[in-house]
This record gives sequence, C-alpha cells and structure tokens, in this order.
Amino acid sequence: MGSRRRNGPVVVLALALLLGAALSGGCATDPAPPPGAGVPAREPVDGSGRRITLTVGVFGTFGLQEAGLYDTYMRLHPDIAVRQTSLTRNDVYYPQLLTHLTAGSGLADVQAVEVGNIAEVLATQAGRLDALGSAPGVDRAAFLPWKWAQGTAPDGRTLALGTDIGPQAVCYRKDLFARAGLPTDRGAVGRLWAGDWRKYLAAGVRYRERSPEGTAFTDSASGVMAAVTGSAALRYYDERGDLIVAVNPAVREAWDLAAMFARQGLTARLQQFTPGWDQAFANGAFATVACPAWMLGYIQDKAGPAGRGRWDVAAAPRPGSWGGSFLVVPSAGRHRAEAARLAAWLTAPAQQAVLFERRGSFPSASASYALPAVADARHPHFGDAPVGEIFAAAARGVPQAPVGPKDALVAQTLADVGMLQVDQTGRPPESAWKAAMKAIDNALDR
Amino acid sequence: MDGARDRAGAGPGDRAGAGPGDRAGTPRQGVPRRPRLRRTPVGSRWAPYVLVAPFFLFFGAFGVFPLAATAWTSLHRVELTAPAEPEWVGLHNYARLLDDAFFWNALANTVVIGVLSTVPQLLLALGVAHLLDVRLRGRGFFRVVALAPYATSVAAATLVFALFYGRDHGMANWALGVVGLAPVDWQNGPWASKLAVSSIVVWRWTGYNALIYLAAMQTIPRELYEAAALDGASRWRQFLHVTLPGLRPALAFTVLVSTIGATQLFGEPLLFGSGAGASGGADHQFQTLGLYLYEQGWVNLHLGRAAAIAWAMLLILVVLFGAVRLLRGGLARRPGRAS
Repeated sequence: MGSRRRNGPVVVLALALLLGAALSGGCATDPAPPPGAGVPAREPVDGSGRRITLTVGVFGTFGLQEAGLYDTYMRLHPDIAVRQTSLTRNDVYYPQLLTHLTAGSGLADVQAVEVGNIAEVLATQAGRLDALGSAPGVDRAAFLPWKWAQGTAPDGRTLALGTDIGPQAVCYRKDLFARAGLPTDRGAVGRLWAGDWRKYLAAGVRYRERSPEGTAFTDSASGVMAAVTGSAALRYYDERGDLIVAVNPAVREAWDLAAMFARQGLTARLQQFTPGWDQAFANGAFATVACPAWMLGYIQDKAGPAGRGRWDVAAAPRPGSWGGSFLVVPSAGRHRAEAARLAAWLTAPAQQAVLFERRGSFPSASASYALPAVADARHPHFGDAPVGEIFAAAARGVPQAPVGPKDALVAQTLADVGMLQVDQTGRPPESAWKAAMKAIDNALDR
Repeated sequence: MDGARDRAGAGPGDRAGAGPGDRAGTPRQGVPRRPRLRRTPVGSRWAPYVLVAPFFLFFGAFGVFPLAATAWTSLHRVELTAPAEPEWVGLHNYARLLDDAFFWNALANTVVIGVLSTVPQLLLALGVAHLLDVRLRGRGFFRVVALAPYATSVAAATLVFALFYGRDHGMANWALGVVGLAPVDWQNGPWASKLAVSSIVVWRWTGYNALIYLAAMQTIPRELYEAAALDGASRWRQFLHVTLPGLRPALAFTVLVSTIGATQLFGEPLLFGSGAGASGGADHQFQTLGLYLYEQGWVNLHLGRAAAIAWAMLLILVVLFGAVRLLRGGLARRPGRAS
C-alpha cells in the first residue's frame, strides 16, 4: 500500500503521458493503407538495397489492376512492387486528390485524373506535378493529338498521360428494332442516322409508331444531350478558356434536340447511373443508348445473360468522345522517376490494347489501333460486333474540343439539373435551361 | 442527424476524459500530510494539470480549433484548388447568402423535412414505448426489433429506401397500384420526395426515441397509476396525467436532439438522390442545408462559402433555441399552469 502511494503520482503521470501519446498517435491521419495489402509476398529492392513500392491511386473500377497490368509490370521489374488504392466515386476521389496535392502528403506515386477535371488540375496544380512528356518510354506520336493536348499544361509541359478515351457509338436492341420494323443489321442501322443527330431523332419517331409495348426509343434525354455535345468542336469553353456554355450554339443545339426527345416521348425518362437505369437494362425498357466504349461492360453487367445476343453496336451519327482519364505523377512522391516509368508503361500502346481487350477501355494511344488486340476485337455480348473497328473509326473522328477547368461540373449540371427536369417532370425546356444556367453560375461563383 | 447523435453520445466520452482529473485531486489533497511527496514539488504541482491536459488538448484540437478555423475560412474566398491562398472578403460570404435562392430553398427544405420527420417520429416513439411498457409477451424481442433500424447504417437503409421508392419498379408504387392509385414520382415530386426522405428518418430514429421514453416510463412509480386507477382515471387519462408529466425531461431531450439532427440532416437526402450527387434532386427539391454545404465545399470546391453556410446553420440553431427558451420562460410565468 505504502509503496503504491509513493509511486502514485509518477505512475499516473506516466500513464497520462502514455495515454496522450497513444491517442495522438491514433488520431494522426495515415492515409497509406496497411503495407502488404494486395502485394505478393516478396521484398523488392532497388540498386542500393531499399524496397520500392509504387502506389497507384484510382477511382471506380479503373481496370489497370483488373486487367493484370500491375502483375505484368512486377514480373518485368522484380525490384518494384505496385499497389493500388481505389475510391469508388470520382466525386469523392477528386476533392481528396486536390487536398492531398496541396498538402503534399497522402498521395500515391501515380494518380488518375478524369478528363472532366484534367484542365482544372493542370491549371491549378501544375507546380505540384512532374512533367511526363519526355519521360523514358513516352512516345508522343503514339497518342491521339487531342488527347496529348488535353494533358499538356498552359506552359507547354505535358503533365498527364492519357489512358482511355470514350469514343461513342450507339448500342441498340436488335429484337426491339425488328419488332418496330427498323433494320437490325449494324451497317444499315448506322446508315439510318449517319452524319446527323437529327436523323437519330427521326429514327426514334419511326420507332415510336410501332414500338413494342412498354419500351422507349432511348434511355434518357440527358444521355442524348451528352452524346451530341461530345461530337461538337466547341463545348463549354472556347480556346481562350472562357466559359461559353450560355452562348455556344452547339450546346444549345444539343439541348434543343435532347429536349425534343423528351417532348416527343422518345425516352424512358431515366437518369443514367441510377438503380432505375440499371433495372431498365435488365427489363429491356429502351431500344438504344448512346454508348462510349467504356459503357459496353456496364451494359453487359446490367443486362445480364438474358441480354446476350440481343444488343448490338452501330456507329453514332457523328464521332464524339465522352469520358476518359489520365495518369499524373505528383512531385511530392518519393520515387518520382520510377513512378514516371510506370505511368509511361501503363499508357504505352501495348498495355492500352490489353486494357481494351480485357476491360473495354478504349486506348488513347492511336498507335495501338493497328494491333490485333484492338483491330480485330469483337464483342460476344453484342452480337460479335467489331467494336475495335467501330470505336477506332469514332476515335479518329473526334473533334479536338478544348476542355475547361469546370467541364465536369457544367456537364453534370446541364444533365442532372436542367435536362433531367425536362425529361422527368415535363418542365418547359426554356425554363429548365434558365434553371441550369442559374445553377451553373452559382456553382462557378460567377 | 448523425452528428447530433454523435454529440449526444459524446457524453460518456467527456466523462471518461475528465476521469483522470478527478483522481488527480486525491493525491493533491494528501500533499501536506505526506512529506515524501513534498520532495517532488514539481511533479505534485503540475500533475493535475498534466492529467487534465489531454482532455483540453483534444477538445481544443477537435472542438475549438475547427470551429475557429471554419469561422476564419468563412471570411475568406477559399477554393479547394488552392486552399493555402485565401483572399479576405469580410462578410461577403454571409451577405450573399441573403439573396442566394439555393440557400433559402435549402433552409425551407430543412424545416419542412425536419417537421415532417420529427413530429411523427416522436409521436410514434411515444406510442411504441407505451406498448413496450405494458406487459407484453416477448418484450425483449420487440425491444430489439424497435432498436434494429437505429443499428442499421444510414447508407444501407437509404439505398434500400431509394429502391423502395423507385418510380418504375419500386415497391411503394407497386403497392399504390394494387389499391388502384396512380404511381408517384418519389424522386421528382416536391412533396413526395420530402415525404420519402422524412420516412427514412422516421424509420431510423423512432426506435431509438422509443427506448429513451421507455426508460423514462419505467422510472415513474407504479403507485401513481394505482392511485389514479382508484380515482377512476381511464388508461388515456392516466397516460395524459401520469405518464406524460413523468416523461417531461425525456421529451425535452429528444426534442432537442431531434431538432439538432433535423438541422444537420445530410446522409439520407444525399443517398436518396442516387444519381444527382449533392444537388438534392433535379430541382433541389430535397436539398437540405447540410447537403448544400457539402455541395458548395466538395462539389463546387468553394470552401469559404461552405464555411459560411456551416456558421449560418449554427446561428440558426442558436436563435431557435434562444427563442424556445424565451417562449418557455413566458409559459412558466403564466399563472394556472398544469403540474
């Protein structure tokens, strides 16, 4: 008893300090995932005998890991381990990437950036990213010129290497087309609307006349608008970087055309990437959807085995691109040279071809289009459609539209605030347009 | 909602934090009587402060500092693309809220959803508690059932509700169809969407409040009911004149916590608008203040404006509770008040 009393204050003091230390230690944010997660049990070393683990930060199911590219890289480079961190949604991933870039910590060695955010990243974070344009293994000539330009900062340094792009086609249901008395052969379907999105509307009107019970011509007015906008030479920003969404006739044309789809009852009044949209694939509620290359896998997932052989892919009225991504290397990384080499390898034509073959993400490296993995690619779920050929043709025709810092936000507001109301609540297009413009001004702090 | 419950739940944590401090009092009182301790005057004098320091350090770091930092941020133009380069704008972020139609819309939505969820929630909870209070076969089972929604994650519950309220294939519309009613567009209807969001809140928190009421009911002496029964009071009159007065502290607590929760409502409307991100529906028809704050900060990347909304929310709560206190003060002075 006596001895306990004597030591009492000291023991309590030590305990308190220990507690404090433990608590503060526990509270310190350590964004790095536990070591060894998903890494083969071996100890890669570099020349000086240290381990090198490269991390790649991505959003969604980006595909690099799923296509086995990290495993291949680790086989080729026994001194390197590659580990991936992933966040499901880009709208969570992107703000976090910005805070990590600013803080200079918590970053992966290689980070993915979505095309809607790339201009903002290059405009505001250029000083925190490494130039990749002349990194070993990077060949500018292998990339589509417009994709390379999107990854180049205003000062001329190329800071982002293109991964995939979203060349567009139109996916359609052969069985529904047949019942509505429309052609089902993909060449004939493509000719139905070749060259003009208004012909796509005309085909919709034809479909409606004899449409099978409970089906609509297309999924959503917003989807049509995104596709039409994606094939315009100027979208939300002009070459000088000024926001022109309110005055650009091409945007307004896309809006009016999409609104016609809604007003004429050609849509299933759905919102893309919601549970209702997913269910509609399974239930066959619409006959066509404007589909970038990356959407094919999504349709296959949601339509399920029952959809096999029913879907096919035809060329879109005009070539356009929707979506796609880039890889950047933050300057705060510890292994910048190795990270640049990895990014260069992952975006090289051969690897992009593998990504397309296994995951359906279409290459931005046009040099890969001649490779058999792309050129001869057919999609069994879509009636063995020659998807490599269709999407390569679309990719070559994509206009080099400037992307602006708030491209993603503007596109989302137009679709989810404006056109969604025209489509789902029947709000007059003029009034919905004003609401969208007001929401954009508020979001952009104008 | 969660924030409020977390704060309510922080009570025990606070006490735990203060615990070492209480214990530290004992050795200090003993100091003059124990010469051995006088040989280490530094330790004995500073020990209590060191012992309570962790609480104050953490309260400072996680309580005071964020509050102050948010206030400071709200006086600047800060973008998430360059958070380290703030630009002083004074009260501009607050001034612009006054004619920000989106802010007023969010405030109105918050009030409407708050009323639509809090009132039925507490009334239902009273009823459920009363049922659980009477001798019921399998009472333990029903208590667990009542609390189960509270133990469900908001995300899981809301996603299931979003499916339930689906326009084309949802169960709610299917049920309406069965009884011959027209389907409702639960996402886009200005009232339907608010009702749907409120129903998620009601489902989730009714059991929690019911258990609080139940605990309070069981502290009411049974003799009071016996006496009332002897006087010929019906069950209803017993409930009105014995149970309700006995529940007053519990009622006050749940109203307070629910009001705070309703003001901060975030997760349910965010996930209910499954595709629309933080806009709370195509026409912002169920965008709450919490959602608008999130949209400004993490979608539009305007941290300064988001911080101003956060402080505006705090001020609204302060004003609200100030008004309630004044009102209750007035009531208390009114003569002839019951109990």
